Amino acid sequence: MVKRWTLLGIALGALLVWPWPPGVGGEAPFVTLASTTSTQTSGLFEAILPRFEAETGIEVRVVAVGTGQALRIGRSGDADLVLVHDRAAEERFIEEGFGLVRHELMYNDFVIVGPGDDPAGVRSFADAVRALAQIAAVRATFVSRGDDSGTHKAERRLWRIAGVDPTASSGAWYREVGAGMGSTLNTTAAIGAYTLTDRGTWLSFKNRRELEILVEGDARLANHYAAIAVNPGRHPHVKREAAARLIEWLLSEPGQRAIDNFRIQGQRLFVPSAASGR
Amino acid sequence: MRDLTEAFSTALRMILGGDPELLEIVRLSLEVSTAALFLAACVGLPLGGLVALLRFPGRRFVAILLNALMGLPPVVVGLLVYLMLSRSGPLGGLGWLFTPTAMILAQFVLIVPIVASLTRQVVEDLWEEYESQLRSLGAGPLRAIPTLLWDGRYRLVTTLLAGFGRAIAEVGAVIIVGGNIAHVTRVMTTAIALETRKGDLALALALGLVLLGMSLGINAAASLVTEFARRREG
Amino acid sequence: MSPGRVAASILPLEFDSVGYTVGGRPLVRELSFRLEPGLRTLILGPNGSGKSLTLRLAHGLLRPSSGSVRWHGAAPERVRGDQAMVFERPVLLRRSVLANLEYALALKSVPRRARRDVAFEFLRKTGLESLAQRSARVLSAGEQQRLAIARAWATEPEVLLLDEPTAVLDPGAARSIEKLIDAIAGSGTRIVMTTHDLAQARRLADEVLFLWEGRLLEHARADEFFDRPESDRARAFLRGEPMW
Repeated sequence: MVKRWTLLGIALGALLVWPWPPGVGGEAPFVTLASTTSTQTSGLFEAILPRFEAETGIEVRVVAVGTGQALRIGRSGDADLVLVHDRAAEERFIEEGFGLVRHELMYNDFVIVGPGDDPAGVRSFADAVRALAQIAAVRATFVSRGDDSGTHKAERRLWRIAGVDPTASSGAWYREVGAGMGSTLNTTAAIGAYTLTDRGTWLSFKNRRELEILVEGDARLANHYAAIAVNPGRHPHVKREAAARLIEWLLSEPGQRAIDNFRIQGQRLFVPSAASGR
Repeated sequence: MRDLTEAFSTALRMILGGDPELLEIVRLSLEVSTAALFLAACVGLPLGGLVALLRFPGRRFVAILLNALMGLPPVVVGLLVYLMLSRSGPLGGLGWLFTPTAMILAQFVLIVPIVASLTRQVVEDLWEEYESQLRSLGAGPLRAIPTLLWDGRYRLVTTLLAGFGRAIAEVGAVIIVGGNIAHVTRVMTTAIALETRKGDLALALALGLVLLGMSLGINAAASLVTEFARRREG
Repeated sequence: MSPGRVAASILPLEFDSVGYTVGGRPLVRELSFRLEPGLRTLILGPNGSGKSLTLRLAHGLLRPSSGSVRWHGAAPERVRGDQAMVFERPVLLRRSVLANLEYALALKSVPRRARRDVAFEFLRKTGLESLAQRSARVLSAGEQQRLAIARAWATEPEVLLLDEPTAVLDPGAARSIEKLIDAIAGSGTRIVMTTHDLAQARRLADEVLFLWEGRLLEHARADEFFDRPESDRARAFLRGEPMW
């Protein structure tokens, strides 16, 4: 009886002095960045952010979700800035007063990947839209992100230009998996289908199996990334200064060089574009 | 097949090599799930006892509800906690979103029904055996709850392990409320999800093996201890 | 223990036309009797005659379907603090022998500081002192029953109800329980006990209630019952004949 209360007391005491994991107390300053799965899975942040953190002492906490979700996190004030790739949505985000200014940071491009034996015969098409139309025509299996992400939006834009409504065949040859880029590539590789992916994720992706790049280089496949600070007028608690410093650094000479220098297997994943973007 | 053998050797290498990043992730997983379990026990054990022994209108319904909530999808729990903790939500001012505290809260919500529901079953069974004796000694249902919780302690260990297992193995809730932030809210399961997304299936599987090993170790230790105590105490 | 008890006894115990029915089957019928202070009462009868039910009704663990049970005019639940009951298979708590006693004392609001002394006093009286720190669940059946009796006795009840306390024990253990019961009765506690062991009943009883199929057939002084039973059923029971 007495022993039981002693035990309970010890347990309660232990809870009080619990070594609370980081994030509870106020220790090092940090900024929360909502970004896309493509930038996270490629390993870009792990490569460049430690330099910023070393320089400024500000820790960057990256929450990687789809572009649509990242903007929603920004909208509700749960991140201090966003780094995304869907221009139309970004502009809407700013117009509605949730974001401050759109800073273009870098770009890479989308590529269409598919099985090496290319059942739709689209290899080396210079025209990505024609390639999609061809895939639709032969009803070759195409895997779509289906998650309202930047890549998903880009893909839908291409279908629109091609004059094809793939969602009419959803569940048949058009498969919407509602997943991040990496998961979508896993699915695509497993069933030997086609999909649209950003080059960054593709280069760092390890489970390719039969997949190869079949279509690349179309100007319409450009993929621009921009950073936007969340409007402190809307959400007074956001860390406007830390966010501004991060954006400033990303746009600065050292930041842009860090992006430029990020390579996987000797290949550059993102092309810095701050100068041309401004 | 190659992935599998590679996963085993990677897992072994990471464990034996004491990979610091792995240790950090393992430590956070254990801390978050242990805290969630402790809180869930504080609520779930008495709650299970109350539902088992107290006669109040709607008791059956509460019991059924608790049973049903055991099957709550983690993603739903994650979303609910997310909406509560979001800056635009009612508890936004706490600033808990994307912290380990949020993950503790989500896992707590997830496993309270498990702890409470299994506890109710244990206490109900014991009450059948003890009721006459305890009433005779002068203990009513309310007073009997702590007595039965203590007397059912070996069976309740299993209950708590079930809760812990669910907490440490789930990914849907913690990835939403924690955000899988490196060095802050990355735990075993979210790390596995991330490596899977990267297509590094061997590494993901290796992490899975480490998680499995941890679960095995914890369960084995708990069952050894309770078995020993049970033998000694009869 | 409870200061009011000396002044106000809970006896006599009165059963007035008590019936107890489960699922339409009457298990106890028209049971009326009155137990006065001072005697040791043994309730006898074959299996299924309603002996245990009678004790449980008296203790307030069961409510009669009809009729009434009163302890000096009070409902059994209200005066349960002045009674204690020992079951055929006692439920001991999964803790030490000493803690089992202290638990019962805590429920009787014995102050925390006094509990240990009282507990040890009754462990001594029941010969369990050397086992105080042992886990109650690993005791032998005889020791378990002694502990159950110690636990009941320690609360110093005015009336002690015992339901077949030796039914599952070997003869040696049974005799040591009987000695204990003697000692408890000697300390002034009223004993009401069921048994189907006739020799035991002869040794312990001052008066006998003989039940058959839920009815009270005889209520007599022990020597009268054993020497000159009035009913055929009781005669057959005493001769050990089949009861159907």
